[in-house]
Amino acid sequence: MAEPLLIADQLTKRYGGLTALDGVSLAVEAGGLHAVIGPNGAGKTTLVAHFAGELIPNSGSIRFAGEDITELPAYARAARGLSRSFQVTSIFGDLSVADNVSLAIQAHAGHSFRFWRAAEEDEVLRAPALQILADLGLADRAQESAANLAHGEKRVLEVAMVLASRPRLLLLDEPMAGMDPGDAVRIVKLLAELKRRYTILLIEHDMDAVFGLADRISVLVYGQVIATGTAAEIKGNEEVRRAYLGDEEVA
Amino acid sequence: MAANRNRRLIMWLGMAALALVPPVSLALSQPYYVDLFTRILIFSIAALSLDLIISYGGMLSFGHAVYLGVGAYAVGIADAYGIDSGLFQLLVAAAATAAIATFIGLVSLRTSGVHFIMITLAFSQMIYFLSISVNKFGGEDGMTLNQRGQFGSLIPLDNANVLYYFVFAFLALFLWIQSHLVRSRFGMVIRGARTNPRRMAALGFPVFRYQLGAFVISGVMCGVAGALLAEQALFVSPAIMQWSRSGEIMVMVIMGGMGTLFGPILGAVAYLVLEDVLTGLTQYWGFFLGIILVAIILMGRQGIMSLVYGLRWKSSHG
Ligand SMILES: Nc1ncnc2c1ncn2[C@@H]1O[C@H](COP(=O)(O)OP(=O)(O)OP(=O)(O)O)[C@@H](O)[C@H]1O
Ligand SMILES: [Mg+2]
Repeated sequence: MAEPLLIADQLTKRYGGLTALDGVSLAVEAGGLHAVIGPNGAGKTTLVAHFAGELIPNSGSIRFAGEDITELPAYARAARGLSRSFQVTSIFGDLSVADNVSLAIQAHAGHSFRFWRAAEEDEVLRAPALQILADLGLADRAQESAANLAHGEKRVLEVAMVLASRPRLLLLDEPMAGMDPGDAVRIVKLLAELKRRYTILLIEHDMDAVFGLADRISVLVYGQVIATGTAAEIKGNEEVRRAYLGDEEVA
Repeated sequence: MAANRNRRLIMWLGMAALALVPPVSLALSQPYYVDLFTRILIFSIAALSLDLIISYGGMLSFGHAVYLGVGAYAVGIADAYGIDSGLFQLLVAAAATAAIATFIGLVSLRTSGVHFIMITLAFSQMIYFLSISVNKFGGEDGMTLNQRGQFGSLIPLDNANVLYYFVFAFLALFLWIQSHLVRSRFGMVIRGARTNPRRMAALGFPVFRYQLGAFVISGVMCGVAGALLAEQALFVSPAIMQWSRSGEIMVMVIMGGMGTLFGPILGAVAYLVLEDVLTGLTQYWGFFLGIILVAIILMGRQGIMSLVYGLRWKSSHG
């Protein structure tokens, strides 16, 4: 069997006395949607930051596409196709929506020591950016300043920027965070669509969404993976039930 | 976009007005204005260069006058060794500032915020004190140049009007370059790195090398300004890179309007004209300059430029 696309081996991260990740091991197979669930403060965002290269673990290692990337800086990981989104929306508010996506395209369109031509008028960047916005239903907002978008639209833009950066693996940190239910349904549909084209690691609180979408689920509690399995296996796991899932949610 | 068109219009009008300074001062029989405005244009280049890194790049360099100093001393030292080719002097100034900016950038861009301000200030102080202590090149007293750089018989810099338009050409060139640069791919990267460096890295940009690139471009531009200052004054001294000079250049940028392309030039004009007028009126000119500065800053985030935009808006609506 081929090596999983992303492998975390015994990742440990300490903040002073607090152990945010406590020997986390995880394998994300190519071509599926792997969800990580867990209560607030379990270490989910910390885990994503380690995969994306923003944090370096105290111990343990990370492999991506057959290569040890534990010490690799964030930009180099993004260049290899590890592309993350942010739980707290992280867009360029002073730029237009189209510029935001163009910038993500630009990051993977050769070096940027190009000093003359206006990026805004560069079809190589603009055309694919507008295409992605059209695919995600944001085409009519393309010229709007990103700061003026509604919260739900910002969350979609957040995902659009990930899709624009030639990902091999999407690291999505609670893409539905703070959305009202109507908008959230839109994202769930989008994820169902995306998982046919990409490998996805999804962090999510919404149980219904996760059980519907995920091929595999890992449960993170206090920095430890207490279970990994299919939706059915996780629902039936006694320890998960006790540690995390309220009984009514499992029923 | 309308804002872009306005900006370009202001740029053209402003540059056209500056181009008229020599004939106007001739008509008014005030040759002194040509000297004053030559100096103003030189500081406009310095302010323009600082605007690139502080407004677009978010790199708050508080030692920018060091590049003025290095550029000026490069010309002074070349002159002292009998090198009178103006082109060569400018090239030496550009190369020297590129080297210094690369070194300072490599070290200081590893920090950010207050640390960045302090470390750029520290480097400029180091070089300032170095210039004071090297007696071979005048030490504290500075050095007088033998003559202006030679650019052939077509460009006799000893003629004040020729010198003015020579400096004007550099300002126009740099303004043109900067207006393209800030909208280019390169410009988008340094602007993105200012507002959200974390996202830029997550998108796959190695932002450090682009910031360093902008830092060096800015340093070289300011170095050319320093070289022109030496050519004009025929005198170079450590005072040119005192830390208060760095502050003045920053005031010009803020006064004129950060990130507005032409704003820093307006700022340099306003600051130096005010200084010139107020010093003639009162010995407390610094105090009144301060009051005017506060008033301008209260007017809006884009300094004098917000005033210019306001006028245009009113005129098109009434
Ligand atoms: N920079 C930091 N310094 C100290 N402690 C931190 C830091 N970042 C995170 N933590 C702590 O590490 C733990 C894990 O945080 P993390 O953000 O990864 O949780 P999470 O699972 O994403 O939570 P949520 O569901 O609320 O998003 C928390 O207790 C948090 O307070
Ligand atoms: Mg989180």
